[in-house]
Amino acid sequence: MADMKIGAYVCQGCGLGERLDTKALALVAQKEGKAHVVREHEFLCNGQGVAMIQKDIDEGVNRVVIAACSRRAKTEAFGFEGVAISRVNLREQVIWAQPATDEARELTQEMAADYVRMGCAEAKKIVAPTPNAEHGTDKRVLVVGGGISGMTAALEAARAGYDVLLVEKTGVLGGYMAKLHKRVPHQEPFADPQATDIEGLVASVSQDPHITVYLNSTTTRTSGAPGRFSVDITTESGQTATENVGAIVMASGFTPYDATKLPELGYGKSRNVVDQAGLEDLARAAAAQGEPMRRPSDGKEIKSVVFVQCAGQRDATGTHLKYCSGHCCNTSMKQAMYFKEQNPSIDTAIIYTDLRTPGNGEDFYRSAQRKGVIFTKGTVASVDEDGSGSATVRFHDLILDDKTATMQGVDLVVLATGLVPNSGVNIDIPPDAADVDPAKASEHAVSVLNLTYRQGPDLPQLKYGFTDSHFICFPYETRRTGIYATGPVRRPMDITQAVEDATGAALKAIQAVENASLGRAAHPRSGDLSFPTFRREGCTQCKRCTVECPFGAIDEDEQRYPQFNESRCRRCGTCMGACPVRVISFENYSVDSVGSQIKAIDVPDEFSEKPRILLLACENDAYPALDMAGVAGHTSSAFIRTVPVRCLGSVNMIWITDALNSGYDGVMLMGCRHGDEYQCHFVKGSELASYRMSKIDDTLKNLNLEKDRVRALEVAIADIGKVPALINDYAAKIKEIGMSPFKGF
Amino acid sequence: MGDINRAMAEQYRNDFLKEVEANVEEGQWVKMCMQCGVCSGSCPLGPAWEHPPQEIFMMIRAGRRDEVLKSESMWMCTSCYNCIVRCPRELPITHIMHGLANYAHRLGLAPKMNPTRRFAKKFWNNLAKSGRVNEIELSVGLYFMDGFKTGIARAWAMKDIGIGMLKAKRLNPFGFLTHKGCKDKKGIHKMLKKAREIEDRRKGFTA
Ligand code: SF4
Ligand code: SF4
Ligand code: SF4
Repeated sequence: MADMKIGAYVCQGCGLGERLDTKALALVAQKEGKAHVVREHEFLCNGQGVAMIQKDIDEGVNRVVIAACSRRAKTEAFGFEGVAISRVNLREQVIWAQPATDEARELTQEMAADYVRMGCAEAKKIVAPTPNAEHGTDKRVLVVGGGISGMTAALEAARAGYDVLLVEKTGVLGGYMAKLHKRVPHQEPFADPQATDIEGLVASVSQDPHITVYLNSTTTRTSGAPGRFSVDITTESGQTATENVGAIVMASGFTPYDATKLPELGYGKSRNVVDQAGLEDLARAAAAQGEPMRRPSDGKEIKSVVFVQCAGQRDATGTHLKYCSGHCCNTSMKQAMYFKEQNPSIDTAIIYTDLRTPGNGEDFYRSAQRKGVIFTKGTVASVDEDGSGSATVRFHDLILDDKTATMQGVDLVVLATGLVPNSGVNIDIPPDAADVDPAKASEHAVSVLNLTYRQGPDLPQLKYGFTDSHFICFPYETRRTGIYATGPVRRPMDITQAVEDATGAALKAIQAVENASLGRAAHPRSGDLSFPTFRREGCTQCKRCTVECPFGAIDEDEQRYPQFNESRCRRCGTCMGACPVRVISFENYSVDSVGSQIKAIDVPDEFSEKPRILLLACENDAYPALDMAGVAGHTSSAFIRTVPVRCLGSVNMIWITDALNSGYDGVMLMGCRHGDEYQCHFVKGSELASYRMSKIDDTLKNLNLEKDRVRALEVAIADIGKVPALINDYAAKIKEIGMSPFKGF
Repeated sequence: MGDINRAMAEQYRNDFLKEVEANVEEGQWVKMCMQCGVCSGSCPLGPAWEHPPQEIFMMIRAGRRDEVLKSESMWMCTSCYNCIVRCPRELPITHIMHGLANYAHRLGLAPKMNPTRRFAKKFWNNLAKSGRVNEIELSVGLYFMDGFKTGIARAWAMKDIGIGMLKAKRLNPFGFLTHKGCKDKKGIHKMLKKAREIEDRRKGFTA
């Protein structure tokens, strides 16, 4: 760019002045970094220092190199608008990471000088990002599903002033909750079943001027991106309305696990064996007539009821659900209380393996015990009805270790069968796959959202068919930006949790529409204006970017070129790391901006005994860990040169080959854990990186280099004490295998 | 219905639990046990019990009336109160153990030769007689309860402690003769009788 004007500023505060020759660093910025303006300052982040920089900016500086503390510190002081900023981390990762001794001075200074070179090199290759132009400004929220989760999300969004479209498949609002006789208490003293008050909720939804309800309707086509989704809402009779919305909350709920898969527990064989949903039906029907509940088979009075927990759940054999549905223990206690309310002398026994009572369930549990509900720890083997209507329950009593424990003359058996998420189509299973698991409803499901995304019609599933991308770190955040899953479709939960969950999802949707309308990222790089673009002429249409983007942000246009949907993008850079011809870049982060930093350092010759090791560190976890190691006073090798990357997924293999070619003796990568217990902020980034790294051996062989010249490591943000050791270990390894033969080329 | 069949049918019915609630001291707490096992793990004599408290509570719920009431287990309790202190559900476990033992004893189901039961009986009779424990009579009676020969052997084994107590004036060797009891023996007897009547009425024993 012709009018590029670099200003480089070297801070002397925080001990930098004493530990480093800042004058020499300023000279490096000027001579080698070709900075137009170079200044030292004794305390750069104070008002005076900041004003000094601002004045230069006002006078034409448009790239600012700040050689001071970590990019993670003083972000407000150095948050200059409209210019590209490169932060050179001399504090946390140079002077705090090196011993304050005279002997260490030379190496520390060399380190600082290299980082200044790198900062100037980066500044030349980046520009201040501007909001993406394709962004949409629709702020309406679409909620799919009219149960408790969907209605709560709709009401919360409406109360915050956003218009909501609520689409419900059936003819009434209320979902599963409307089928309950009563609910588990959600108020003090958590002792008795409470009224659901679903009618009240339905009424407030129906009357809310901000909410438009579509009954008997489904979403038959969903395209677009946050801020500009276009959705076809089709009624049962086939009429379709196309609506534009800014964000989507998917609250498609659950289906009770099919109890007919449990014939050994008597379901389907005896009418006196019901599932929890069946019991609610009985209770409601009885209440409607003002009658007590009676035995379904012959209408006889009920004297004893047995509840079987974990029926077809937490199943280690793989036949049934593997997980715990979270609500069933409380639900069974509630249902046992229905009988105690009817007649306290009815024997009610709950056979459980582990009683799990989330929320205030512990109080509820005690209340059930006080009412005389009997709890027996055991696993039920069989339920048989003798033809007269009364059943025999055989189980293994785990406390008395009695494998032939028996309850006889049981009038009603209730199976706690749990829930199956209505996640829609599992897009990770090819549509024509033959070996789908018939036990999993989700694998035969019909689509909920009917997305037109290249990656498939529904949201990617996380585990056991639930729709989420990380249960702990980012709930609601599915891997489709602007679409949030909530309620039991996301993870097993009860009503109280679903209400909280839906409120959170509504807030997420609001964040999404607001950020989208400003053309910036919502999560996790909240507020980021940069977005990936690709150079069309260079693209070979290999499709790698479209396949590897963890968020389905890239479609294909008519000419089969990638079509980026910036608002769907999370700015991880995985596409940039994937592209074999390196045509994808961000305004402030590109193959070139990182590559130039790597090549900017001064490589001492083979005989200097000063190796150089490149460390590509994930800026979410590894880089903060490195910073904090410095803060904690852990020192590590002075031969390391660290470049933060957005995600290991954004690491383009060319950086590694370039580094090795230009004389680095080793390359380290530090990223987040991948696999089942992944911690990657971009879900698949570190996994893709590790896959790409598995091919690095060939490259090393071609270069005739040792395998150990590259090392990839998993690091978590708390590994503060561990990172320096990892660095030192690797530095020792490099010393062992010797200097790279590529110096000075 | 035969006995076995009836026993089967009564399994896991609440009948015995209800009986315990009605007749056993603090019995209404049994249903509140959450089967965590902390009591059993806390009992210093735990390993020596056939059925530690947690199990006893489960057996009550499982309707195993005979097994519970004939058990030696509750008699193992030394009233250290460890379990009470630790029970997350705050069950008065010690009291329930004694309540069960007492109930079993009153029903005549408690193991006849259980040493704790026998000692307790001796202690009670000794105390109730005069309103005050006659120590020498109690200990000698205890040593000799299984006959003269074992009595001598037991007394001999304890002689050092006995001499020590004599020296420290903790034992009156003439207690057989000089034991006085309390002032109003008649009053005490009347009181105990009344208390017994009340208890019997409450627990449905016909004295
Ligand atoms: S890979 Fe990451 S940066 Fe690239 S389009 Fe997808 S979300 Fe955006
Ligand atoms: S990865 Fe690169 S070359 Fe391949 S389709 Fe995407 S932009 Fe084009
Ligand atoms: S500690 Fe208390 S709650 Fe736990 S098993 Fe013993 S009595 Fe039951």
